[in-house]
Amino acid sequence: MNPGPHSTETRATPTTESPSRRQRPETESWNWLEESPGRLAAALLFGGIFGFLLQKAGVAKFDILAGVLLLENFVVVKVMLAAIIVGMVGTWLLRKAGVIELHISETRYGGNIIGGLLFGVGFGLLAYCPGTNAAAVGQGNLDALVGVVGLLLGSYLFALTSRYSSGTISRLGNRGKITLPGLLGVSTDVFVPIAALLLIGVLFLMESLGL
Amino acid sequence: MNYRIYRQLAGVVAASTAGVAQAASELPTPYPYPEPAWSPYIAGGLIGLLVLTTLVLAGKKLGASSAYSDGSGMIGRLVAPRHIASIPYFQNNKPMIGWTFMLVIGTIIGSFIAASTGGELTGTYLQDMWVARFGPDSGGLRTLVALAGGALMAYGARMAGGCTSGHGISGTLQLAVGSWIAVICFFLGGIASAMLMYRL
Repeated sequence: MNPGPHSTETRATPTTESPSRRQRPETESWNWLEESPGRLAAALLFGGIFGFLLQKAGVAKFDILAGVLLLENFVVVKVMLAAIIVGMVGTWLLRKAGVIELHISETRYGGNIIGGLLFGVGFGLLAYCPGTNAAAVGQGNLDALVGVVGLLLGSYLFALTSRYSSGTISRLGNRGKITLPGLLGVSTDVFVPIAALLLIGVLFLMESLGL
Repeated sequence: MNYRIYRQLAGVVAASTAGVAQAASELPTPYPYPEPAWSPYIAGGLIGLLVLTTLVLAGKKLGASSAYSDGSGMIGRLVAPRHIASIPYFQNNKPMIGWTFMLVIGTIIGSFIAASTGGELTGTYLQDMWVARFGPDSGGLRTLVALAGGALMAYGARMAGGCTSGHGISGTLQLAVGSWIAVICFFLGGIASAMLMYRL
């Protein structure tokens, strides 16, 4: 079909569009599935295991999550450090064996710090974080359903306003995909065993203090 | 809405700003925290193995927060597709049913299975520690606080590039500098707001 001179479809509405994007996009051309059904089914399975473990770890519970922020209950710290120690040693060995590559996001000091602090304030108010909020929903904590609404709302607000923040705060101090051993100029083979021993030491210290 | 909600809200604001700690009843000390069903070391170690498994089998990390971003965009696609299509963020991050979205759906189901088989299903709107602090009639306040908390957290997660799962576990264990900075800031901000709410 030749678009005639009077065709209205091709005429973009004069809004604040970036010059690189001349045609107004329509969501009808967007797919609904981002991955193959098989991979989505795998994600559902991995998510199921994640939710099962989060609930068994007690971190779907409001009191336990609020308790770590009041520095009174340290179950969350124990769960996170145990996962970090196992995962850190595992990724180190698997990378040495050439089985996996790193999947990390870029370090952006501005976004990491300011976004992180905003996240933290919200975390204190809701007492569930995005992952444990889903686990809390599954466990039957009905206030976590309000958390879902809030999370959807906040994501939408970010999408609306990111054109203002993305050029400033979110990109401030962009250092690329750097890692702690790289920053310190130490080999991973030296860093990981020392860090693992240090973190295990922290757990032993916490237990001996009765935390 | 009734008067009590406004009174409690005013109490929280007063307590957190001016430090006038006359608001609600004190939490019992020591507070009786619940025990997790499994050892946190076992469950945490298995979560570490799960992250490794997804890295090996799927080449993906475990995250959660972007699922809510996709969710909000997909609701928008159903309600107002032209509006969603006009937002640059959604043009670059097309809201679709993807890896993290399905992970979070799975998380809800998995937690339900764990809680129902372990006899830990709750069905409560106000949780014990909240009731101990704000009383049994504080449903309206909880709704406002949870809504604001969720919104702030999602906004911060997008700005920081992830949440307690994507940064706090998957990123930290791969030793990403930004992830360690983010998770430290998560806890600093969280400790500040939780202390103001429960301890002033």
